[in-house]
Amino acid sequence: MISELLINAFLVTIMLSIAIALIKTRTVIFTVILTSAYSLVAALMFITLDAVDVAFTEASVGAGISTILFLAAMAYLPKKEEESISSEFVPALSCIILGGILIWCSFDLPEIGQLTAPIHQHIAPEYIKGSKEDIGIPNIVTSVLASYRGYDTFGETIVVFTAGVAVLALLQKKNPAKKNKSQPKQKIRKNA
Amino acid sequence: MHNNPILRISTKILFAPIILFGLYVQFHGDFGPGGGFQAGVIVASAFILYSLVFGIEAGKKLFPSNINLILLALGGIIYGGVGIVSMLLGDEFLAYNILGSSPQSGQHIGILLVEFGVGLTVSNVMIALFNAFASYDKIKEK
Repeated sequence: MISELLINAFLVTIMLSIAIALIKTRTVIFTVILTSAYSLVAALMFITLDAVDVAFTEASVGAGISTILFLAAMAYLPKKEEESISSEFVPALSCIILGGILIWCSFDLPEIGQLTAPIHQHIAPEYIKGSKEDIGIPNIVTSVLASYRGYDTFGETIVVFTAGVAVLALLQKKNPAKKNKSQPKQKIRKNA
Repeated sequence: MHNNPILRISTKILFAPIILFGLYVQFHGDFGPGGGFQAGVIVASAFILYSLVFGIEAGKKLFPSNINLILLALGGIIYGGVGIVSMLLGDEFLAYNILGSSPQSGQHIGILLVEFGVGLTVSNVMIALFNAFASYDKIKEK
């Protein structure tokens, strides 16, 4: 119990210090690297919560590939962020109020790992039993993701696909579109 | 980065094990942590590492963009296709029980195919995004 508390306190301290460093820095590349480090600590946090699949996703997607994609995208941005001119009072106040409300609400949450919590009473027992008997897969996360919630995962895949196609359409349009557009125009001019 | 021997050699050593690990995560997702999303990202990271070190042109030679775009769409088609096949066999959309001889083997086949579709789409979207960002400058110059 004490060791768990120590580990959590350690991780939260690192997360907080990364967040404070993120506010202070104005260099784009440091922002990207610090966000990646934050994701990695978040992945460790998920491991302490026994959510290994989520931790795996966070480490590979959050800390890994999104950092590379951010770096590739941010090559087109100026190296340094501009100093903001407007006052920081109102945003800070709204953040503090929102954070306060969230902390206040968290007192109503059931304790982590408590069996009588509503989330462990609803359909979770059925999934835990069914994953072994009906589906025959030891990893319950996979059986929920791919079988019980197959529609949602299908939607997620299509979302990833759509996002990729949208970015490709935005970035790759320039060359062929120019040629196609310029040719008809010239023809019209010649006819006129 | 092309002339740095440490980067070049370590990339060549790491490339195959990264893909092997991606395949392990992909097909071992039923028994341990992992699945299509993570495996797709890991496989994509191997190709992106290659492009980062050897240049985007070499990366495109290794994995041509037209194949990339075809596979990008194929993942979603595999996922949806599993649903349609189960519908044609007389069950509901994405109900895998009917795909195999017993309900459990049907679920196994369905989950394996569906995860494969997810991994295919995710990895190819990531590679396509990286290629698009990395070669954007050259398109602008032309």
